[in-house]
Amino acid sequence: MSTPVPQNKVVQWIEYRLPVFSWAIAHGVDYPAPRNLNYWWTFGSMAMIMLVAQIVTGVLLSMHYTAHVDHAFDSVEHIMRDVEWGWLLRYAHANGASMFFVVVYVHIFRALYYGSYKAPREILWWFGIMLLLLMMATAFLGYVLPWGQMSFWGATVITNLFSAIPWIGGDLVVWLWGGFSVDNPTLNRFFSLHYLLPFVMCGMVFLHLWALHHRKSNNPLGIDIKSPKDTMPFSPYCTTKDLFTGTVMLFVLFVFVFYLPNTLGEAVNYEKANPLQTPAHIVPEWYFLPFYAILRSVPDKLGGVIAMAAAILILFVLPWLDTSKVRSARFRPIYKQLFWVFLADCVVLGWIGAMPAEGVYIVIGRICTIYYFAHFILIMPLLGRFEKTLPLPESIHQSILDKSLKSKTGNIS
Amino acid sequence: MADLPPQNEQSSAAEEEGTRRDFLILAAGAMGALGAVGVVWPLVQTMNPSADVLALASTEVDLSGISEGQAISVMWRGKPVFIRHRTPGEIDEARAVPLDDLSDPETDEVRAKDGKWLILVGVCTHLGCIPLGNKFGDPKGDYGGWFCPCHGSHYDTSGRIRKGPAPTNLEIPEYEFLDETLVKIG
Repeated sequence: MSTPVPQNKVVQWIEYRLPVFSWAIAHGVDYPAPRNLNYWWTFGSMAMIMLVAQIVTGVLLSMHYTAHVDHAFDSVEHIMRDVEWGWLLRYAHANGASMFFVVVYVHIFRALYYGSYKAPREILWWFGIMLLLLMMATAFLGYVLPWGQMSFWGATVITNLFSAIPWIGGDLVVWLWGGFSVDNPTLNRFFSLHYLLPFVMCGMVFLHLWALHHRKSNNPLGIDIKSPKDTMPFSPYCTTKDLFTGTVMLFVLFVFVFYLPNTLGEAVNYEKANPLQTPAHIVPEWYFLPFYAILRSVPDKLGGVIAMAAAILILFVLPWLDTSKVRSARFRPIYKQLFWVFLADCVVLGWIGAMPAEGVYIVIGRICTIYYFAHFILIMPLLGRFEKTLPLPESIHQSILDKSLKSKTGNIS
Repeated sequence: MADLPPQNEQSSAAEEEGTRRDFLILAAGAMGALGAVGVVWPLVQTMNPSADVLALASTEVDLSGISEGQAISVMWRGKPVFIRHRTPGEIDEARAVPLDDLSDPETDEVRAKDGKWLILVGVCTHLGCIPLGNKFGDPKGDYGGWFCPCHGSHYDTSGRIRKGPAPTNLEIPEYEFLDETLVKIG
């Protein structure tokens, strides 16, 4: 059953020339969503809300910001003190970045739990990883713009990662900086790229959704849609649900914006950048901490950089490392446990990333790094071969019927 | 009908035409690729250091005010250069180290030509932090030189890496003594 395009003359005139209305209805209203989607499936739409919110606040912030080493720090203070609602704009943008990462990380772990990366959704998954990489780059570039101490030294440390590349590393870093250290040319190009990448992300989101709508959403059972009885229309069912969780997310975001605006930040970044003095303890923002911990766990510069990059890039081959025929962890009793162990491992890595690189922290960091890679390289391929999976339901529709039947008989007895 | 060319001649003619087309595609493609590189090259080069940045590439420092055991930092190309007036003890220590103990083997005689003055780029070769050890009261690390607080690299009194993740010794900039106490860096 497809919803008809309105008979309105103007709508029909446009529709005849460019079928935007039927397209919007097909993808925003009639799109058949599995009827068993749970709340974990609403985080993608939350990520989209955050992307739009970041672009809106960011474009407005850029109207008051000056990308110059002599003025950047002061222009951010000018936004905070002089610009009407400037404090709201900046706190919403800075905390918005954190909110964006929260929902995206949940979105990724949902995909890991329910096997959403498996055939036929590998390309959908790849676009997702590329979005993560773009998002990390954008967040890093944006953090440099206020030109505080942590901005400057974060930029120095991260750009120096490229100097680990054999032969061309040194020249590459000079090219990235546009000078011999992080300086005005660096700040200028970082601002330019920070403005550019979110729009690249918009294009990537389009491809991500295209792939999604082509092969349709995965679902908590991880089985394919077999008949129209397994689905329901995207609107109003999913749109309402997404609107609800989106509102809850914005509520959480604004608790931070209004009451805890600097909790996730570093106090030392309210000190203007000083190229002659490194702060005693350099830490990245929380969303980079697990990767930072992996970087520091390897006692070799190039090795550390390779390990950190591999920690994300390994996700690209996950669909082939995971040899299990069953998608959802619901029917994989051992993977279901190991998923939580892996999640805990990532959380511990995040904690280690915030600690100084010494003593017992180094040991814990190394163990967690080894486990992180073992999860992908050893556990996933072997588990698929040896794990005894539970029987899959016949269809999404049948599993819902069975469940309601069980609850009814349960009530009688 | 008799003047129609035989089947095999026709196909060989088509084949010949195919190779000519292949050649044109290859030639045009190659020219297109060259053109694309020609366009991308200057675009990529624009991101290199500009002339005004390169013009600030050298700096002169007066060393007369630095007493023995003291060190100063001066700015050169946007980063600090450490100038250390080493004590005889520090020089002896640096020169006594066997090269086998070093992960980036270099003799102190090469790094500090006249012994007394050690001039280094004050940027940790790991990820670019500024090592501590110049100011009075700074930690100097396990080898009496510098200590980088970011990821724990220790440098000796010759600025050589002894412990920690840094891959190479602290870099020696190009410099020359214009007279006894005036040095030109860069």
